[in-house]
Amino acid sequence: MRDALRPAFVLLGLFTLLTGLAYPLAITGLAQALFPYQANGSLITHEGTIIGSALIGQNFAAPAYFHGRPSATTDSDAADATKTVASPYNAAASGASNLAPSAQALVDRVRADTALLHAENPEAAVPVELVTTSASGLDPHISMAAALFQVPRVAQARGLDPQVLRDLIIVSTQPRLLGVLGEPVINVLALNRALDGLSPVH
Amino acid sequence: MTLNGWIQIALFFALVTALTRPLGGYLQRVLNGEKIFLSRLLGPLERGFYRLAGVDDGAEQHWTRYAVSVLSFSLAGYLTLYGLQLLQGALPLNPQYLPGLSADLSFNTAISFVTNTNWQSYGGETTMSYLTQMLGLTVHNFLSAATGIALAIALIRGFTRRNAQTLGNFWVDLTRATLYVLLPLSVFLALFFVWQGVPQNLNGYTEATTLEGAKQVIAQGPVASQVAIKMLGTNGGGFFNANAAHPYENPSAITDFVQLILIFLISAALTNTFGRMAKNELQGWALYSAMSVLFLAGVAVAYWAESQGNPAFIGMEIDQQASAMQAGGNMEGKEVRFGIAHSALFATATTDASCGAVNAMHDSFTALGGAVPLVNIMLGEVVFGGVGSGLYGMLLFALISLFIAGLMVGRTPEYLGKKIEAREIKMTMLAILCMPLALLGFLAVASVSPLALKSLANNGPHGFTEMLYAYTSAVGNNGSAFAGLSANTPFWNLTLGVAMLVGRFAVIVPMLAIAGSLAAKKYTPPSNGTFPTDSGLFVALLVAIVVIVGGLTYFPALALGPVAEHLAQRAGNLF
Repeated sequence: MRDALRPAFVLLGLFTLLTGLAYPLAITGLAQALFPYQANGSLITHEGTIIGSALIGQNFAAPAYFHGRPSATTDSDAADATKTVASPYNAAASGASNLAPSAQALVDRVRADTALLHAENPEAAVPVELVTTSASGLDPHISMAAALFQVPRVAQARGLDPQVLRDLIIVSTQPRLLGVLGEPVINVLALNRALDGLSPVH
Repeated sequence: MTLNGWIQIALFFALVTALTRPLGGYLQRVLNGEKIFLSRLLGPLERGFYRLAGVDDGAEQHWTRYAVSVLSFSLAGYLTLYGLQLLQGALPLNPQYLPGLSADLSFNTAISFVTNTNWQSYGGETTMSYLTQMLGLTVHNFLSAATGIALAIALIRGFTRRNAQTLGNFWVDLTRATLYVLLPLSVFLALFFVWQGVPQNLNGYTEATTLEGAKQVIAQGPVASQVAIKMLGTNGGGFFNANAAHPYENPSAITDFVQLILIFLISAALTNTFGRMAKNELQGWALYSAMSVLFLAGVAVAYWAESQGNPAFIGMEIDQQASAMQAGGNMEGKEVRFGIAHSALFATATTDASCGAVNAMHDSFTALGGAVPLVNIMLGEVVFGGVGSGLYGMLLFALISLFIAGLMVGRTPEYLGKKIEAREIKMTMLAILCMPLALLGFLAVASVSPLALKSLANNGPHGFTEMLYAYTSAVGNNGSAFAGLSANTPFWNLTLGVAMLVGRFAVIVPMLAIAGSLAAKKYTPPSNGTFPTDSGLFVALLVAIVVIVGGLTYFPALALGPVAEHLAQRAGNLF
């Protein structure tokens, strides 16, 4: 055992320097040189302030914006650090609801959210992603169905022709990658920025 | 289910199959000590490492020395990682001023990463400093995977050497696997991931002002360098709490597809390395075929179950149908960019292997969809499996299969010309039985312990499944979770830590003992009565044995968890 300890500790030390320091720092250097935008988190700036990341969803509640999916992320309670409070799209603490499909809590939540959304657009059934929380709590995307469902509300809030919004949704849809991989998606932040460009809300 | 979903699954499987042979050959050359194109660049570094560590790279080890080397290396890794986590508050590269970890969490996490489990009782971005992520976790992502490769090669040498006393040199196998396989591939992959959007920086967390004027703090870090080895080494420990579901860790369907391939890449290739070293590649493809059957069965069930959506939503004004406009299905705990096909495929692959990364939350899967990852781990993660551990696990099942076939015809079983005798079968059974002993033992204790039950997020049979999944994941060295379980308590940290140790070392030591005794045996040429192990019949028998052993062991526990939940939900019961 004793003569196995020297190689154990020495090799561990050497590999720690190599794979724990040299490797990540070299990658950081190369990444910052080659792909600085991605390496720093694909941040979007508008008039000098960072307004978010192209990859990270953010919370939209105003009727004049398209909404992303419900988010189950939380934050520690300012009043009592041992407790947490709901804090949707908290990008400093990703997480999911982890509720079972058979959980009463899930079904109650979904039923309430569905009723609200259905009142807003009684013509259509609610697309399932609009009442289910994402795995990360930071899902930046919705599907075409979920965007089209929200057209009546956004059109009314902005006084826009619904057809203009439907056209915007179609041009904002990113198809499957290479036509095969993943699902067609719409980035909600990008869609809402395009919407603001179309008709400033403030 | 959609045609496109099946095409994606087929494409994934075709690419893994296509990469198996080239990488299998490369691995064989590296671990045989042959010169390769990287030798000129990395050879001096390799020799320098041996000199500083006092390793004679020409000296081979008996199986006992090989085992002692593995154990002492794991011990050294455990001690240093444990210390690093306790002290992180006083160390640099900690822009968020995260404090040191508690003793029980450090214990759990250190074992977790040294045993290639990567169970995480913590959320990465709220717990670990950049220094701990790099110097602690990334390092063991490499080394635990390299250890797995070394062990698989040692067992293959046991099968393929004749009248030999040694199995190779652990230090050399470890070094070569890291320097020539894991590190170069990781450099390439990390840069690919950055290009595709995965961050790689040492900045503090970004403060953004959202379009609606709220403040959003966005976690950053050296993510890409860790994600590359996390997937390549079937480690699976996320940089962020949401793991591969986090848009920074896995931004698009392209990164997801590449990460999926990485889960199987090395493990699949090792079946070919096995065939090459056995001088009959068909022997490797036989194992590959058995693995493929189990993989395809799992993914079909998971994809079907998740596509069905949540039966509790029927009757509400909700559209769960897949269409050109949406993926539909059971979307709680899933990401839109992955939809159902990628989520089901990822859940299956990550538990076939001992990866444990998740791009969707298994806790929110349907009862049957969530049973697929659970059963995959229970079967011993031999469907491609962990880097190295999948192959040696499957070879243990091959020994059992041949033993049973031998009993049927009444002759001593042989594998690759080596007679399988009482000692090998005893050791195999020891390795196979330790897992259910630890798993079911701890589960029984937890089920009646108020201390444990406080951590459950769901009631009813699903709550039981959360505990069952946790111990299965720990003993199987997988690391994925039904993540509703709040595992960061002393009870869970300690019992899961011990379960991970049993799952790793109670398999490794008997496995090396088998390798040692096989290496010492003489070669028996095949005769008319030898069961051909490169035949379809052997593949079928092997699949059946894996399913029967796993099924007999765990069916009662599964009946109390997912089966009960499925039946109750069909009857309209909620919990």
